[in-house]
Amino acid sequence: MKLSRTTLTIATVAALMTTAACGNSGGNPLSTSSSSSSGGSAAAGGITVGSADFPESALLAEIYAGALKAKGVKVTTKLNIGAREVYIPALQDGSIDLIPEYTGVLTQYFDKNAKASDAEGVYTELKAALPPTLTVLDKSAAEDKDALVMKKSKADQLGVKSIADLQGKSKDLVVGGPPEWKTRLTGLPGFKKIYGLEFKQFRPLDAGGPLTLQALKSGQIDAGDLFTTDPSIAENDLVALQDPKNMYAAQNVVPLITKSKSNPTIEGALNAVSAKLDTATLAALVKEVVSDKKDADVVAKEFLSKNNLG
Amino acid sequence: MIPGIVHWLTDPANWSGPDGVPTRLFEHVWYCALALVVASLVAVPVGLWIGHTGRGRFFAVNLAGAARAIPSLGLLYVLVLWLFPKLAGDSAFLVPTLIVLVVLAIPPIMAGAYAGVEGVDPEARDAARGMGMTGGQVLRKVEVPCALPLVFSGLRSATLQVVGTATIAAVAGTGGLGRYLIDGQKVQDFPQMASGALIVALLALGLDLLLALVQRGVVSPGLTGRSTRRGNTPVDVEIDPAGRTVDAPAR
Amino acid sequence: MTWFIDHLDDVQARTLQHVYLAGLPLVIGLLIALPLGWLARRYPVLYAPFTAGFGLLYTIPSLALFVLLPGLLGTKILDPVNVVVAMTLYTVALLVRTVADGLGAVPEDVQQSATAMGYTRVKRFFAIELPLAVPVISAGLRVAAVSNVSIVSVAAVLGIPQLGLFFTDGFARAFYDPLFVGIIACVVLALVFDVIIVLATRALTPWLRATGDRA
Repeated sequence: MKLSRTTLTIATVAALMTTAACGNSGGNPLSTSSSSSSGGSAAAGGITVGSADFPESALLAEIYAGALKAKGVKVTTKLNIGAREVYIPALQDGSIDLIPEYTGVLTQYFDKNAKASDAEGVYTELKAALPPTLTVLDKSAAEDKDALVMKKSKADQLGVKSIADLQGKSKDLVVGGPPEWKTRLTGLPGFKKIYGLEFKQFRPLDAGGPLTLQALKSGQIDAGDLFTTDPSIAENDLVALQDPKNMYAAQNVVPLITKSKSNPTIEGALNAVSAKLDTATLAALVKEVVSDKKDADVVAKEFLSKNNLG
Repeated sequence: MIPGIVHWLTDPANWSGPDGVPTRLFEHVWYCALALVVASLVAVPVGLWIGHTGRGRFFAVNLAGAARAIPSLGLLYVLVLWLFPKLAGDSAFLVPTLIVLVVLAIPPIMAGAYAGVEGVDPEARDAARGMGMTGGQVLRKVEVPCALPLVFSGLRSATLQVVGTATIAAVAGTGGLGRYLIDGQKVQDFPQMASGALIVALLALGLDLLLALVQRGVVSPGLTGRSTRRGNTPVDVEIDPAGRTVDAPAR
Repeated sequence: MTWFIDHLDDVQARTLQHVYLAGLPLVIGLLIALPLGWLARRYPVLYAPFTAGFGLLYTIPSLALFVLLPGLLGTKILDPVNVVVAMTLYTVALLVRTVADGLGAVPEDVQQSATAMGYTRVKRFFAIELPLAVPVISAGLRVAAVSNVSIVSVAAVLGIPQLGLFFTDGFARAFYDPLFVGIIACVVLALVFDVIIVLATRALTPWLRATGDRA
């Protein structure tokens, strides 16, 4: 009797461990997408594509992944990692190899004194600012910038059309944006430095997501951070304030990749994608994911097949 | 790591303004206290009633178990999506968070209440009836005082859980100490995160200590064994003598 | 409902990842908590510092642990191992006191009978004390299991693959379907863990069933 109980205990523990281990090998905890291939992070010749934690970034990552897979590259995806401050270190420690980026803000991340604001100038500055292990491929025509958005009625009431018009008025306004805005040049420090603006209060919300949108609509914030490709701006009687001093420089979508992981096949596939992306197309694709609630990988696949890329 | 934390904590900029420690601490305590009071107002009477009458126990235990299994983050997101557009001002941020915390706090408090009443020495109950007390008097004068240790145990467990989970609410734009965790994580500011975590831990410990002191003051000395020595098992423990665990300090 | 069916393989994959991240720490945590709880019982002077000290672990917010552990362990930032270690710490924190109290609930006279019958200390622990402590320990383990499933979902904020990703995805797109699917999956998973533990407890305590008692 004693013996069988001991055996039972060992059997139970073994069963639990097997169940737990099954979760590991069966589910492959290192990959996120079910459409990815097996193996952990970048297996021999393989590449890991990451994304930031907003839908457009995940969509672009899926597009990159799909285009690479069509060319026979082994791809794993790790989506929704977080903000730039999180995924650049992930890029540098090898957890990911490739991520879709935006030229302007990426340059600012590596060079606080970046000056250019036009597409070509920013791209040149970017290439110079990157650390030696990283590189960017061709940029696309598609742009997505942060925008300071207000309710149209409020903007009209204050007589505000651009961010510069907020001078003298911003002290009474509550602004909302992602938590990163507290420290980034695209956020509060930037408003202070470039436009001389200080706000009454900053509410940390989300990165151009439903929380910011709803807070704008319900009035908890007077101005908020939304992205220019966001269909919600037009759909909700909101207006993106103009940016005459180019606080938000050119933000062309560009693949950021670890140099050692790149090769002509990968470059060719991604450059072909970049050639086919423009702002209108990107905005339409984002709308399908966010408004129509379609899956990012499905939308990506449709885009790629429509353009003979995958 | 440690020098970073010390540096962050000694920086006066972090102790003033809407993002300063006093403000965030106050907000955090406010959310937690509110949630615990609301949860207690619901859970304690219900739990006492269940323990006293013995009815509805099956229903309550399973409901509590199911409520405990609801992932707080998921519930929070659903409530924000649903309720935020319907509420104005700060309550749009506060109400979803409160609901999540109340749902979290009710199971341990209720369990403490009914286990406490159930665990009352049957001889004490008999004696009370023998003395001529009505049902209600038995409840008030005998069962509730005897149940207090376990009620407090449930309350302390709930407090730990609520203080910890309230940090997650920061993803939905609320204030509180969770801001240091979320905002710090977003920009990889480890000293901010670690300092925030430290303050949360200290707050949880402080509140637990406070409740322990209240418990000491409120619970009859006859129960705690302070006046007489009983057995070798500490009595004010989360397990009642019948061996049933009420609730470990859980999150 | 259709969304759920369309994304069945995602649900499956993330559930398995969640089982790993929440379940493995339960096992490892229990194995670590057993000797620690035994020590706390064997040397009563350790009881208070152990339970207080490990209880302290539990007060550290989960997100903080997930993010700060890589720095301490030298692991990569996105490595799920960070979550496993953190969850193990939480499980241990919960179970040390439960194990100590469970072992303490074994009646003194039973222990003395065992010694009188010739059991060595080690044999007595495995043959008598531990089995008798099972009901109490399993109650604590059930609480730990449910708690783990919920805490692991918070790791979604860091993009770590498990059921919590349904939450962040659903919220970012203001889309209820993934949110509900994620919540239901978590609740079901917690239930499954609970059932497994209850069944295992019943199997390990046949004497309770024999005498008609409820565990």
